[in-house]
Amino acid sequence: MPTLTRWFLRSAIVCLLTGLGLGLLTAGAAGPVAAAVQPLEVHLLVVGWATQMIFGVAFWMFPRPGGAGFGDPRQGWTAFVSLNLGLVLRALAEPAVALGASGQLATLGLGVSAASQLAAVLLFAMIMWRRIAGPR
Amino acid sequence: MVRLALVHLVLGCTLGALMLAGKAVQPLAALAAWRPLHQEMLLVGWLLQLVFGVAYGILPRLPGQPRDSHPGRALACAALLNGGVVFAAAGVQLGMTGLAVTGRVMELAAALLFATIAWGRVRPYGLAAAVTPRAPAGRA
Repeated sequence: MPTLTRWFLRSAIVCLLTGLGLGLLTAGAAGPVAAAVQPLEVHLLVVGWATQMIFGVAFWMFPRPGGAGFGDPRQGWTAFVSLNLGLVLRALAEPAVALGASGQLATLGLGVSAASQLAAVLLFAMIMWRRIAGPR
Repeated sequence: MVRLALVHLVLGCTLGALMLAGKAVQPLAALAAWRPLHQEMLLVGWLLQLVFGVAYGILPRLPGQPRDSHPGRALACAALLNGGVVFAAAGVQLGMTGLAVTGRVMELAAALLFATIAWGRVRPYGLAAAVTPRAPAGRA
């Protein structure tokens, strides 16, 4: 499998373990900390694990019309870095903001995280749109 | 269906990114109320629809069956699923239970249609050869 797919898949596995671990740590817990961490836990599993797994496998397995290869590798790597940068920033900033942090750093962290994850999704959609082939 | 799934991914994530930013930027804070739409687009419109589309493309076909098996049913499935996402999300969003139930019924109908397409195509290795039509004895 391509190097980029390996990075996507391994990163997805890290997110899966982190998300489930976070779920274990907060299982049955109530209060502000558990509530602050819960959205992060969900997004680690749905974005970090499921979506990132799909990105990696789709990049590898989707048709490559005309034998054109996997597409521009820079776009794929930028999507990978953006998605994971967005998740890391989210992991730092989202619970902090939920627990009352309101400084510029927290605001900037959430803003960059949102933009970064969205950029990754747009890049992935651009790469895959070209590779979705009709019946041959 | 895969392209429609990508459209849901982009729209759902755009909304999600704005909601995330809204946790720190006051003018965007009201977007938190759009969470049902965000969830519906990404769980059903993106994830479920992607699985349907990829399965439709890659599950084995019976010998002699065209690549696009049951195109009418597949189109109806896509229409019901996407309509269901819109109705269910709008119903939850607007607090209109009837609309939300209609959306869920459409999603269930889409899943049933998908099941009728996929069920017969889920087969063990080697079965394709076993059901390959053969010329009747004595006429070869």
